[in-house]
Amino acid sequence: MDTFLQQFINGLTLGCVYAVVALGYTMVYGIIQLINFAHGEVVMIGAMVAFSVITALAGSPVPPLLIVLLGVLAAIPACALVGYTVERIAYRPLRNAPRLAPLITAIGISIILQHLALLVWGRNYISFPQIFPTQTYHFTDSPNSATVTNVQIVIMLLSFTMMAGLLLLIYKTRIGIAMRATSQNPHIAGLMGININSVISFTFVIGAALGAMAGVMVGSYYGIAHYQMGFLLGLKAFSAAVLGGIGNLAGAVLGGILIGLIEAFGAGYMGDLTNVCFLNQWLPGFSGLCEANANGSLFGSNYKDVYAFIVLILVLVFRPSGLLGERVGDRA
Amino acid sequence: MNLSATLLGWHKNPKLFWPGVIMIAIALIALPFVLAMQGTAWVRIANFAILYVLLSLGLNIVVGFAGLLDLGYIAFYAVGAYVYALLASPQFGLHLPFWVILPIGALVACIFGVLLGAPTLKLRGDYLAIVTLGFGEIVRIFMNNLSEPINITNGPNGITTIDAIKIGSVNFGNDTRIGDFVLSGTIKYYFFLLVVMLVVIVINRRLQNSRIGRAWEAIREDEMAARAMGINTTRIKLLAFAMGASFGGIAGGMFASIQGFISPESFVLNESVMVLAMVVLGGMGNIPGVVVGAVLLAFVPEILRYTVAPVQMAIFGKMWIEPEVLRMLLFGFAMVVMMLFRPAGLLPSAIRKREFTKE
Repeated sequence: MDTFLQQFINGLTLGCVYAVVALGYTMVYGIIQLINFAHGEVVMIGAMVAFSVITALAGSPVPPLLIVLLGVLAAIPACALVGYTVERIAYRPLRNAPRLAPLITAIGISIILQHLALLVWGRNYISFPQIFPTQTYHFTDSPNSATVTNVQIVIMLLSFTMMAGLLLLIYKTRIGIAMRATSQNPHIAGLMGININSVISFTFVIGAALGAMAGVMVGSYYGIAHYQMGFLLGLKAFSAAVLGGIGNLAGAVLGGILIGLIEAFGAGYMGDLTNVCFLNQWLPGFSGLCEANANGSLFGSNYKDVYAFIVLILVLVFRPSGLLGERVGDRA
Repeated sequence: MNLSATLLGWHKNPKLFWPGVIMIAIALIALPFVLAMQGTAWVRIANFAILYVLLSLGLNIVVGFAGLLDLGYIAFYAVGAYVYALLASPQFGLHLPFWVILPIGALVACIFGVLLGAPTLKLRGDYLAIVTLGFGEIVRIFMNNLSEPINITNGPNGITTIDAIKIGSVNFGNDTRIGDFVLSGTIKYYFFLLVVMLVVIVINRRLQNSRIGRAWEAIREDEMAARAMGINTTRIKLLAFAMGASFGGIAGGMFASIQGFISPESFVLNESVMVLAMVVLGGMGNIPGVVVGAVLLAFVPEILRYTVAPVQMAIFGKMWIEPEVLRMLLFGFAMVVMMLFRPAGLLPSAIRKREFTKE
């Protein structure tokens, strides 16, 4: 039971991060029906910028909380700028082009961003300095019980705050109304006096800002950052957005958390479930195999990156509109 | 008619056709010997350029003819390479001849293509793009981890001492002596690849002008209208996917035999992106364009490798941009710039040009 609770907490933390990234995908998709492939790279740049600021200030007399805050405050405008620029350069000129064109520029931009990051931050994994000592809290008095760390608690609280803030923005403000109008019908929204271009730019900026926060969170959770970290993270977050129903905000949150949990439980249990060593009783040939390497499982935790993708395929086959989506797969 | 139009349209001019073909043939035959004077490394680069041409032609069926974006194309190349490696190396102690393995590799890659395409091709293109992107990564994860509990792929270490291709008594792995004249293995591979490339080009041309090719084009232009004309769109798209995959599988098999060693490292996302950039640069859907794009993007980075590094060392005294990074930046910019300013490619196909410039 403790393992279960532990995996649940790990999965929930990761799921919150996926949800925040997925919101970026789903917002952009909701408004211009485009998969922003470069979003994963925006998240990576957020993590990298925050890393640089935090490393530069670590060890100085500045209080730790302020250091992290400054890191975040540097990452958000940096990512917002990247998001805005990408939209202006790569997507806006191609808004009426065949669908293949923006997809190709998107993948091109994503490769460019990755390698620019490589030039700035290098090829190796870089580790986040530990500014706050990690504190671990046990659920019961037993030392073997499940634990939650302060980093995990902060990530979950921050994610839910941001999600709530985004909902307020979209449902309670004028710009939110403009965004929803644009997503329903850009032409009519334009006739109603909404500046479509600035609404779309704003969507990219907000998505990128969320991405920046996600980058800082995932960087401090794993303690490392890498110029290619955005690729798998983006892929998983996209799967989350599709699972929830792309274009649907609540769906992105639900999908993100589900993907996080599936990944955590998959990594935690699939290894034991697919252990083939029990075949020893009937097939003597297996005994040597299981003694040679203690790990006789077919799908150990090495395969944790596969689960999100399998979910994506299953959703596309059986329910392309996602859990909460209304549109049919052919259109959406 | 100006000079450049005459040169580009030479194959339509009956007076220039045969002289042109003969000149190209002579150039292609002389090329490896000229390159060998600069060093065998350049012949190897030419070999890899031809491999990229094969890959680009395969991807062109999917992206250019049928208009489906496949971002995990390298997975099929990987499947072909691993099939070759497993059937012709000490890994399982199997040493089958290449003309048995290459069709098996093509078939297995084709099956993978169908497995991936069947659930996703009825959806819109964006989904396909991201699913293929994931698929490429998944195949790599499996290659990395299928070393236990039963060792199949040898994990990250890869498979070594893969057999070279053998035709009769001619082994492509080592040098052949004809009197005083030494024909190196690399040059032999060049001619082998050249023949394969010509065959593949002919197949592609025939495909493009066939009923299937026209169906692909129709689907790309307007899927709804194509369906109304009685084309079974899902099946025809699946066929494009399967055919593209099998060409990738064949190229992969040859890659394994030339290299003699493969590991999951060779089949990363960047490779898929490179092949896509070649197709986009040359001109999606246009066979000569794709060939030119692949050759350009295979050679230019290598030339840069030999020029940029020394120039940087001379000016700054240290390396600011590694050639490898520069190469990927080049591919990224090639895709963005082409899409923005010349979406139909360097040598555009007439139909594709119309399609990209229509309002």
